[in-house]
Amino acid sequence: MSERTVTCIGCPMGCRLRVTLEGGQVSAVDGAACGRGAAYARQECVCPTRQVTTLARVRGRREPLSVKTAQPVPKALIFACVEEIHRACVVPPVRIGDVVVKNVCGTGVDVVATMEAGVGVRI
Amino acid sequence: MTDVDILIIGGGPAGLAAAIAAHEAGCRNVLLLEREPALGGILRQCIHAGFGMHVFKEDLTGPEYAQRFVRRFHELGLSAQCDTMVLSVTPDREVTAVSPAFGLQHFRAKAIVLAMGCRERTRGALQVPGWRPAGIYPAGQAQRFVNLDGWMPGRRVVILGSGDIGLIMARRMTLEGAKVLACVELMPFSSGLTRNVVQCLDDYGIPLLLSHTVTEIHGRERLEAVTVAQVDAQRKPLPGTDQRFECDTLLLSVGLIPENELSRAAGVRVSEVTCGPLVDEALQTSVPGIFACGNVLHVHDLVDHVTIESTEAGRQAAKYAQGQGEAGIPACQMLQIRDGAGVRGLVPQTVCAGRVADVLPLMFRPAAVFKDAAAVVRLDGEEVLRKRFRILTPGEMVRLVVPKEVLERHAGAGELTVGVEV
Repeated sequence: MSERTVTCIGCPMGCRLRVTLEGGQVSAVDGAACGRGAAYARQECVCPTRQVTTLARVRGRREPLSVKTAQPVPKALIFACVEEIHRACVVPPVRIGDVVVKNVCGTGVDVVATMEAGVGVRI
Repeated sequence: MTDVDILIIGGGPAGLAAAIAAHEAGCRNVLLLEREPALGGILRQCIHAGFGMHVFKEDLTGPEYAQRFVRRFHELGLSAQCDTMVLSVTPDREVTAVSPAFGLQHFRAKAIVLAMGCRERTRGALQVPGWRPAGIYPAGQAQRFVNLDGWMPGRRVVILGSGDIGLIMARRMTLEGAKVLACVELMPFSSGLTRNVVQCLDDYGIPLLLSHTVTEIHGRERLEAVTVAQVDAQRKPLPGTDQRFECDTLLLSVGLIPENELSRAAGVRVSEVTCGPLVDEALQTSVPGIFACGNVLHVHDLVDHVTIESTEAGRQAAKYAQGQGEAGIPACQMLQIRDGAGVRGLVPQTVCAGRVADVLPLMFRPAAVFKDAAAVVRLDGEEVLRKRFRILTPGEMVRLVVPKEVLERHAGAGELTVGVEV
């Protein structure tokens, strides 16, 4: 039996969670102010994931397009995902939520635009 | 001279929420002026996620959060004039602005909402010895270069200060190919949100050097290196702890200052603690009919809080413009709001208990890190509300709500204090 402390990132509270691990499995989580804490601790100690936000090139435009992975991806694949996104070149018009890269790095997760480009209204 | 009911200065999250709320409260002659070419304010360059957890129960990026308000703004038929710089505001609510499209313009408003946001502290405020080479930027300026303009300011980066923008930029610069050598913080704790320390530094193995500071800047034309030293409890550098970091970029995340030049010139009284206007429960400043919300009032860490606050400011400005401001409600005794032990920068600073609708929100920053502490509200010294916190840190603003009944039960009280008790 071992113990590990992780800081929950589910919200700005930043709860410090004491996680008890038995044979690689999470057996107890202590210190979470809400239900998200326990779920995060289980995920973080078994297969940590992160949502990635970065920039993509837009054809015919110098300014980049902000994008995000639609779901979190495994932490170990963050840089590989960013590289694949940087290789892409998005064709306008693009709206928020449009898929920019499908199934990034074979994760099954799509990369979607978080701003608009070439649709007339700038934000 | 153009007459408007409500004039809103600034088209960021505060101005947008205020405009929408004013419209929804029945005001049809609302005009928003924005200095930048587009609406959205600082959110446009905050491409990371973490916005909207309170307001939308969703985790959105900055541009997505902004877009929801911009869309609503346009749906309601509200009008904004971008590329427009406000030059002056007078106490009788006359506003002068200038823009390439319309030249010099004069407006007269029944109510004004100040929503100009804040700006970054720069190197000049820090007095770090050394030359003045290129490569030293406020972190938010660098964020704009990278995220909006598509320029990388450098390749080897040191970050001074652990405010949220600095932490976010540590990750952004790393993901875009730079090497971030360290984040250096003068205080013994980070001034940023915990989740940002975890997600932006720990995830990428970037050391957070607490109780350290930059003591020298090297390089004449371009930054070449910085010297970093540990500091003692009085924040004085300790001899023999120097480390040299070879770098071409130094990002400063050393605090934000509400931008109140216009407010001061309009005669609005400004707090020395928050650096924002002194306001009452309606978020009205010392000048009748001028309201303030968002980062111009006090620097927030969560845009959700800005939205909630600014919605109230917009609603109150609408009431005032419609002539319902003070009328009809008997003048009541003003409660003075004072910072107690461990509390800094309470907003609002005065409250007329009789005008509180149903709850009175109070916001403040803890003055230090407190564990297992309680925020205690007292009216004339008598405890009326107590809320326990596992942790209180200066990096995370606290929002307490005092129910109207509590204020009614202690009608006649003259002073409300909030203090931290361990």
